[in-house]
Amino acid sequence: MTGGTWPHAPGFYVGDRPQVVTSRFQYEDSYTLERYLATDGYKGLRSALARPANEIHDEVKNATVLGRGGAGFPAGNKWGLMPQGVWPRYLVVNGDESEPGTYKDRLLMERDPHQLIEGCLIASYAAGLSQCFLYIRGEMALAQERVAAALNEAYAAGYVGKNILGSKFSLDIVLHWGAGAYVVGEETALIESLEGNRGMPRLKPPYFPAANGLYGQPTIVNNVETLANLPWLLNNGAAAYTAIGTATSPGTRMVAVSGHVNRPGVFEIINGITTFRDLLYGDEFCQGIRNGNELKAFVPGGGSAPWFTPDQLDLPFEASQVGPAGSMLGSGAIMVMDSTTDIPRAALTLTRFYAHESCGKCTPCREGGTWLERILSRVVDGKGTDADLDQIFEVGESICPGAFPHASNEKLGIAAVPFPYRMNTICFVGPSAYAPVHSALTLFRSEFDARIVKRTMIKVTAVSE
Amino acid sequence: MTTIDTTDTNDMPPQDPNAVSITINGRTVAARKGDLIIAAADSVDEYIPRFCYHPRMSSVGMCRQCMVEVEGPRGPMMVVSCMTPVADGQVVRTDTPQVKRAQEGMIELLLANHPLDCPVCDKGGECPLQDQAFSHGAGESRFVEEKRHYEKPIPISDLVFLDRERCILCDRCTRFADEVAGDPLISFTQRGNNTQVMTFPDEPFASYFSGNTVQICPVGALTASPYRFKARPWDLEQRESTCTTCSVGCRTVVQSSRDELLRFQGVDSDPVNWGWLCDKGRFNFQSTNSDDRLSTPQVKSGDSFVAISWSEAMETVARTIRHAREGSIAILGGARGTNEDAFMWGALADAVGITMKDAQLDDGLPASVFSYSQATIDSACAGGTVILLAPDLKEELPVLYLRLRDAVQKKRIRLIEVSSHETGLTKYAWKSVRAESGTTAQVVAALLAEAEISTQLASGSVVVVAGRPNLAEAASHTMEAIDAVVAAAPSASVLPVLRRGNVRGALSLGLAPSNGKDAAAILEASAAGQVDCLILLGADPLSDVADIDLARRGIAGAKFVVALDTFLSASASHADIVLPAAAYGEKDGTTMNLEGRVTSVVQKITPRGTSRSDWMVAVELLSLLGYETDFSTLSDVQQAMAQKFPGFGSTTTSVAVKRDGVVVSVTPPTSTLSASSVAGPRNSYEFRLDLSRKLFDRAVGTITSQSLENLAAEAQIFVHPLDLDRIGAADGANVRISNSHSSIVLPIRPASFVPRGTAWVPFNQLGADVRELVRRNVSVVDVRIESM
Amino acid sequence: MARLTDENIRLAQEIIGRYPKPRSATIPLLHLAQEQDGYVTNDAMAHIGELVGASSAEVFGTASFYEMFKFEPVGKYLINICGTMSCALLGAEELMHHAEERLGIKMGSTTADGQFTLERAECQAACTEAPCLQVNYRYRYRVTPGQLDTLIDDLSAGKLVSEIPAHGVVASVRQHIPADRGVGAVAPETVTENPVWLDGKAAL
Repeated sequence: MTGGTWPHAPGFYVGDRPQVVTSRFQYEDSYTLERYLATDGYKGLRSALARPANEIHDEVKNATVLGRGGAGFPAGNKWGLMPQGVWPRYLVVNGDESEPGTYKDRLLMERDPHQLIEGCLIASYAAGLSQCFLYIRGEMALAQERVAAALNEAYAAGYVGKNILGSKFSLDIVLHWGAGAYVVGEETALIESLEGNRGMPRLKPPYFPAANGLYGQPTIVNNVETLANLPWLLNNGAAAYTAIGTATSPGTRMVAVSGHVNRPGVFEIINGITTFRDLLYGDEFCQGIRNGNELKAFVPGGGSAPWFTPDQLDLPFEASQVGPAGSMLGSGAIMVMDSTTDIPRAALTLTRFYAHESCGKCTPCREGGTWLERILSRVVDGKGTDADLDQIFEVGESICPGAFPHASNEKLGIAAVPFPYRMNTICFVGPSAYAPVHSALTLFRSEFDARIVKRTMIKVTAVSE
Repeated sequence: MTTIDTTDTNDMPPQDPNAVSITINGRTVAARKGDLIIAAADSVDEYIPRFCYHPRMSSVGMCRQCMVEVEGPRGPMMVVSCMTPVADGQVVRTDTPQVKRAQEGMIELLLANHPLDCPVCDKGGECPLQDQAFSHGAGESRFVEEKRHYEKPIPISDLVFLDRERCILCDRCTRFADEVAGDPLISFTQRGNNTQVMTFPDEPFASYFSGNTVQICPVGALTASPYRFKARPWDLEQRESTCTTCSVGCRTVVQSSRDELLRFQGVDSDPVNWGWLCDKGRFNFQSTNSDDRLSTPQVKSGDSFVAISWSEAMETVARTIRHAREGSIAILGGARGTNEDAFMWGALADAVGITMKDAQLDDGLPASVFSYSQATIDSACAGGTVILLAPDLKEELPVLYLRLRDAVQKKRIRLIEVSSHETGLTKYAWKSVRAESGTTAQVVAALLAEAEISTQLASGSVVVVAGRPNLAEAASHTMEAIDAVVAAAPSASVLPVLRRGNVRGALSLGLAPSNGKDAAAILEASAAGQVDCLILLGADPLSDVADIDLARRGIAGAKFVVALDTFLSASASHADIVLPAAAYGEKDGTTMNLEGRVTSVVQKITPRGTSRSDWMVAVELLSLLGYETDFSTLSDVQQAMAQKFPGFGSTTTSVAVKRDGVVVSVTPPTSTLSASSVAGPRNSYEFRLDLSRKLFDRAVGTITSQSLENLAAEAQIFVHPLDLDRIGAADGANVRISNSHSSIVLPIRPASFVPRGTAWVPFNQLGADVRELVRRNVSVVDVRIESM
Repeated sequence: MARLTDENIRLAQEIIGRYPKPRSATIPLLHLAQEQDGYVTNDAMAHIGELVGASSAEVFGTASFYEMFKFEPVGKYLINICGTMSCALLGAEELMHHAEERLGIKMGSTTADGQFTLERAECQAACTEAPCLQVNYRYRYRVTPGQLDTLIDDLSAGKLVSEIPAHGVVASVRQHIPADRGVGAVAPETVTENPVWLDGKAAL
């Protein structure tokens, strides 16, 4: 076995790689304030507070800390989208991790809640935010407990609240928790949910809630992992941060690889450099496909992402290369399907997920997602027809018109269409219901053809003959 | 040679800095910054299909039907036209194959779970989904799965049924309930494909505005019980009219079939109702259809009435008038009729020398309220400060409540409310203070002297919304309170909120009291035997005058009573002659709303039996009394009216008054108000009586409308919860309410919206009548409440 | 059918106090109600509406959007078996069938003794540990049918009471902001000034 693992961090494997956000995972008591302080905890905050806020903002901007939630927008730039001189403004932490295949934010919250809290403090100081709401997915009981306990400790010790570390910086961090709705991971839906409403995404534009977010005020929504990067960044500086990874994708990323690999796991990888082949086959990562099987396909960036085949294995973890190839890195979730996989059924589990998780606000997603699920489910049950397969594309066209992104596949004679897709919907949930079935049907048509009922024409003979 | 005429350009108005020019399908369209593409397209009749978009509500972009193509830096982009604002130079196309594909796709998706039960659906024939499926759909559905199934239809209130299978989840009804009405009693529930509109379990959609949701539903998901299965749209004939249920004057369309009124729908009049109606105004057309209507003249014979001919009846009335002593004829009412009705009866009064007349029944404010600088609904809602010295507008003038609420929600105005108990607008008020009845003027004066308030008043326009908040309190207290505002803000204008449909028209056009003889004085005179002939023009003093003892004495004291009415009201049943009047929907004319706006009311059906318009009765009476008249048509009356009141010249020469009407300035003669009596202090063991109206009560138009008759509550008395403890009564227990005049028994309820020391009783509900305790000769009424 | 108890009203008010607008506390208070009664009662929703300034219909609209809120009693132990991609690839369906047979109920229903409710769940963010499940939102990873049997045995025998509270309790640790440490939440419309530390100088 290459790389260590610990029972208290199920699924996580450390390797001979830089650890920006996972350095404390090795300690069983990593979630306590005592351990945190013993391992450079709140040092980044202290050094941040010793400098003017705008300098810290610049530092984060210079480090190009890409958002780790899915869209990959640089955090420092996102903060800069807020209008000047409008108060109050809020930080909302997106801890509603629920994209299929994604497992990283939960680990960061359960294993190192103080690191997240410190990240929230640094971000709020740097961007001039008035209050922080830490929204944790409802089903994550342990993460909620760990963060609550850490906040209680941090308040008592003077790291959060009034006059932090004796400075003039004051900030409340409020733990908020959801109640089970995937779509709330969408940042405007998250804000709606935090306002006590149904978690339905808001209309775009504006594309970011930076100007008009929580209670109509400027609001920054950042992912847990994004914020967890900040203490290390402050301790080591932007130069050290950008020294890891590539210029366009600096630092590390938490990636979960699941499915048909020998060693599914969560890894902190070097951004921009590590390839899918490294991840799936590398000794320090997943160590190959289970049972020595062939790789059939993989989802490169969470359930919403169009699928890749072995042809794309050598792409690195770099948005500027994965996008043009027809998919996305998303939330750092790779799901692997080996040669034994029932492709139509696999596509169905994902399409069903998105149909089930549609908020119901806009027509194409509410009606189209379910329709796709029902057609597909009929096909999987062996009751589909040729027309059903055509209809899948027709419904898809109503959800996201125009060519849908997919991996370049010369064998199929199809040119690559870059990500993202065009949408008739308010948010990406509707297209996400289409993505898996579109990928599956485009890449593995024969498996669907084998499932459908062939209608044979009955020869009608005229009686008079 | 070309000459350039520079004078023209110099004369051009300054260019609107918000003007924007866009192109829609090649046509240049002038719009304003902030307009939505869909609205700009509507302005030039380029129809973009839509379901969720409604111009009077915020856009939600949910149905995605209104997608169009806009040229962008990277080629054409599909955008949702109800969410995308115009931008100068924008190029919009609504007719490309891409747009067509998207619109067809959306229709197909919307129809996927729609039951297509059009043949049995009330909406069929006027259904936006049906219509747009034809105009913008592909013509067939490829959806072969089983559709969603729900129990259908379920009643969500006394008036509205919900069929969730037909619902396309456009958020119009739920948005209306929350955003417009402020009654968020329906909401989306569940999620995704199972999303459905629902009320809270066992909590009905009891909104005064529920009917609007039926009107704006783009499918047949919401239906109103009074219209269900009554007609098909193609059977309906319609005319645009004005609702006269209250004095807001909402524009409506009156629809009928086979000479029966079947439905009223709101029409969007920008200065008035924005398309909304209250449920009372929307559904009380049933009253016109009621079997209890008077259809023939009747004469009292013993204890009952006997039908007689119009000529006999009119002869009798004329004879009575002829033989009456000088100055002994009185006219009460007229506020329920048209301007023309009021004008002709005013003309008759002038001709015959009748000085005892009043269109109000001691339940409004003196006509001098029209002498202040006058505001309009729009001017009140435009900005600045609005001071409420009025009854609960949500209960009495519901659509005015909507307009003011909207202005507050949009942060255009600040409300200051001074009232005897909390009202529907209290929670929207910037300041809301309780003033015990009889003390309003002093409370207002003190309040406006506060620094914060005077700064606010000085910051913009000030409008006083003034009405009669408490029928058991003298009107003089409100008038003094208005004066207190005007003293503090001399430029303040007044929006009088007298309640009856055409009260302003009637007072303006000849039925205002003269010589200070208002309704109360007339009834006193009658009680003293000084009235030989009392003419009730749709007036029912026994039901409406707060001092019921005075009303009884007045009616009993009149030598001869003539009632011109649509129903045999409590007062009419004491009449000697009853004349059947044409009801709303049975006559043409004009009406004047609370701001003085004149609009048309129209005839849609034949008057019941031999009933006639009030003005015709006046004309015939004049003729019988020997006056030369040449009024044979409505337009004759209108011409005379325009001659006497020049303000009408521009409006009523033809019945075809425009949709939004014209605000006409006619100041009625002001009558001096009897010197105000100062309200004495209340004994601490007594309660000050607060008597005001709820939207639904025992009013004849309500109880003769099947679907509304059960909406009125039983009579109850409300006190503050701590006062209830003090009285020692249980919630709902009967208590004895008494003063030196009388004593009645009512169930008592705790209500935190009533301040301590006040006892609020809704007016005219079923049960014991609190008016027994009211006497007009005191300016406030104090009562004792004892548990039994 | 119960409104919130006095103790829960106190907790509710503490929670409401943390937000600039009371309505933000809706979901936390619904959890509190579910903790109190095992499911969310109508009376509790009406009560929450009063506390946060929303109509009952709005509270119900919000509550019914989210999977975790139950409007009818469920079992003491709610077993959510994940059926999304990674778990499906690694035997979730078999696990669900096994659970159904073992408990004698279908997914989405509750055993007659009120002990167990089975539900098919969507992705639980433990994809590398597939197939996984949660019992009252406590994880079990890489679950085999045999392990599921043991789990059910242990739950039935009351062996896991200390680890897994009855349905309704999610986190057993609550945030508490000490009065002397909290900054306090104010309605956004009342704030017009920038935070004091944003003066171009270091905060320390």
